[in-house]
Amino acid sequence: MSALLEIEDLRTHFFTTAGVVKAVNGISYDVQKGETVAIVGESGCGKSVSALSVLGLIPNPPGRIVGGAIRFLGDDLIKLDDLQIRNIRGRQIGMIFQEPMTSLNPVLTIGLQLTETMEHHLGMDRADAEKKAVEYLRLVGISEPERRIRQYPHHLSGGMRQRVMIAMALCCEPKLIIADEPTTALDVTIQAQILELMKNLTKRMGVALIIITHNLGVVARYADRVNVMYAGKIIERGLAADIYREPRHPYTLGLLSSVPRLDQPRQKRLDPIDGQPPDLTRLGAGCSFLPRCKFAVDKCASEIPPLETVGNGHLSACWEKENLEMVKG
Amino acid sequence: MIPDASALESDAQYSRNSELGDVLVDVKGLKMHFPITEGIIFNKLVGLVKAVDGVDFHIRRGETLGLVGESGCGKTTTGRCILQLERPTEGEIFFEGADLTKLDQVALREYRQKIQVIFQDPYSSLNPRMKIGEMIDEPMYVHGIEPDARKRKQRINELLSVCGLNPKMADRYPHEMSGGQRQRVGIARALSLRPEFIICDEPVSALDVSIQAQIINLLEDLREEYNLTYLFIAHDLSVVRHLCHRVAVMYLGRIVELADCDELYENPMHPYTRALLSAVPVPDPEVEQGRDVSFVAGEVPSPINPPPGCVFHPRCPIAVESCSQEVPELRELKPGHWVACSEV
Repeated sequence: MSALLEIEDLRTHFFTTAGVVKAVNGISYDVQKGETVAIVGESGCGKSVSALSVLGLIPNPPGRIVGGAIRFLGDDLIKLDDLQIRNIRGRQIGMIFQEPMTSLNPVLTIGLQLTETMEHHLGMDRADAEKKAVEYLRLVGISEPERRIRQYPHHLSGGMRQRVMIAMALCCEPKLIIADEPTTALDVTIQAQILELMKNLTKRMGVALIIITHNLGVVARYADRVNVMYAGKIIERGLAADIYREPRHPYTLGLLSSVPRLDQPRQKRLDPIDGQPPDLTRLGAGCSFLPRCKFAVDKCASEIPPLETVGNGHLSACWEKENLEMVKG
Repeated sequence: MIPDASALESDAQYSRNSELGDVLVDVKGLKMHFPITEGIIFNKLVGLVKAVDGVDFHIRRGETLGLVGESGCGKTTTGRCILQLERPTEGEIFFEGADLTKLDQVALREYRQKIQVIFQDPYSSLNPRMKIGEMIDEPMYVHGIEPDARKRKQRINELLSVCGLNPKMADRYPHEMSGGQRQRVGIARALSLRPEFIICDEPVSALDVSIQAQIINLLEDLREEYNLTYLFIAHDLSVVRHLCHRVAVMYLGRIVELADCDELYENPMHPYTRALLSAVPVPDPEVEQGRDVSFVAGEVPSPINPPPGCVFHPRCPIAVESCSQEVPELRELKPGHWVACSEV
C-alpha cells in the first residue's frame, strides 16, 4: 500500500534581511491512510512551516520551498500551479488552524463560509450545500445548527468556532486533515471535547490526520505515530508508545522529563533542558541540539547525525542513540 | 539554577526563616463587578460582568497558593484586585493587617513595593524602547530603594545573574531576547524592590515546554532563597501541582474548592475539579489509552448572566434540582479541604 502523503527531503527557507532562515531543513515523513501522525516540537522548530508547505501556503517572498518533494496520492504538490493546488486544498486536504478567532472571516456568516467551500469544490447548489452545512454542524456538536448558520463568528465562543472549523475541514470529505495546534488557544475542558471530537470523526470517516502540537499529553492520547522536530529537522520518529517508553534522542528525553505529570508523585525538582533553542540563521556544522545536550561527544560538533533506525519503525538522529539508556539510568 | 546564590546575601531583609509564618494576605468577600454601559453621551448601565463574585482566601508567609480555573473565571481579576490595579466593588484585602481597599494612592505606595507581579506575556510586559537595565532600574529609582546610581547598577547586575541572565544583557533591548529570557527579566524587575509577595499571573504559559521547566525551577529557588510568598495564577494543573502548597479552584467568579495541594489532586471532591483533572492528558500513551476520561459537556456560561444557584449546575454530572436554586456555601468537609457543593 502506498502512502497517502509522502514528504521527501523538504526544504523551506525564508530569505530575510537577517539571513536565510532554514525553517524546514530536509525533512521526510509519510502519512498512511486513516492514521493520526503528530508533529511535536517547540516554537520555531519548523513544524507549522512544514504543514503550510504541504498546502502551498508559504508566503513568497520571503519564503520559498527550495527542495524536496511532497507526494500526495502520487502527485507532487510542489510542481502544481496555483489553480491545481486550489482544487486539492480544502477538497482533498482540509485544514484546522490554531486561532479560531482569526481563521474565520468575521464579516461572513457561518453558513456562507461552509457552503462556499462545498459549492466550489463539490459543485453543489446553495440549497443542497446549506442542508449539508446544517448536517455537519450537528455532527460537530453545535446546537440549533439551523439558527447558527445565519450567525457571524463573533456570536460564537472559541470552542464553538473551532467546531465550525472542523465542520469546514470535513465538509468536502477530504482524505487528510492538517490540524495546526488546534486546541492551544482553548481551555482544558474544551480542549478535551474538541480533541475527542476530532479523533472520533476522523476515525469514523477514515480521514488521516496530521496533528501539529507542542503538548506532549495531547500526542500521547491521540497520535499513532510521532515525529519530533528540532531546529528544522525531524530528530526522532516512531510509534507513540515507543517514543514515550524509550526515547532515543536527548531532546525527546529532555522534553519528557521537563514536564510535571499528574499521574506520578510530585518531584522535588524539574529537570529542564538548559539553554535556548538555536538561531535558525546561524546553524553550525554539527548537530543543532549540541549546545543543550548532556550526552554530546566530539563527533557531534562536526557531523550532522542522520535519522537512522534504532528499532521497529523507530528512528533517531543522534550519534549516541544507542547509549542514552545507560547515561539516563 | 541560581548561578550565584550568594549574590544578594548582603540584603539582611531577605534572611528570614523559611517556615510558613503568619497570614500575610487575607482576602474577604472580594467582589469585582464591571459595568456594561450603552450610549455615548448618556451612559446607561445595562448590566454587570461579575468577574469575581465573593471570594475568600488567605495566604501565609512563605506559602504558594495556586489559583486555577479556565479563562474568564476571574483568577486574573482577583490578582489585579490584590495589586489594587482594580478597586474592588466589595470586600476587603488585608496585607500585613492593613486593608488595602481603604488606603489612598499615597498610602498604597508603601505596599506596592511589597507586592509585585510577574505577567503572563513576556512580549507585551516589557517596554520595547527601554533597555533591560533601565527597566529594572526604574522601580528602584521611583521607590527610592537605592539613591546611588552606581549601587543600583551593581544591584541590577546581581539581579540579572540571580535570574540566570548574563549581566551584560542589561544593555540589550527586549526584542533581542527570547521568550524565556524576557520572562527572567520580568522576574528580576519584580525582585528589584525586595518584595514580600509576588503575584505570578500565568508566568509560564506563554513559554515552550523546555523553557517552562527552567522558569518553574527559578521561581522555586527564589522562593526558598528570599522566603517569598506567591499567588500562582495558572490554568495548567500539572504546573500548579508542582509548585503550590495549597490550591484554590475557581469557576465563574467563585472558589469551588480549596485544599492542600496533595489532598486536592488525590481526593478532588467538587465535580468541576474532577472534570478539570480528568481533561488533562498525561504524556504517556500507555497511561492514556487505558484511562477512563469523564468529559464535562457544554461551555462556561457568561459572567454577565450567570446561572442561578450553583454556577456549575448546567454542566454538572451530579446536579440535583436544588442546585439551580441555592448557592452552595464553601464548606470545610475535611480539615483544610473546602468544597462548594451540596452533593458531596
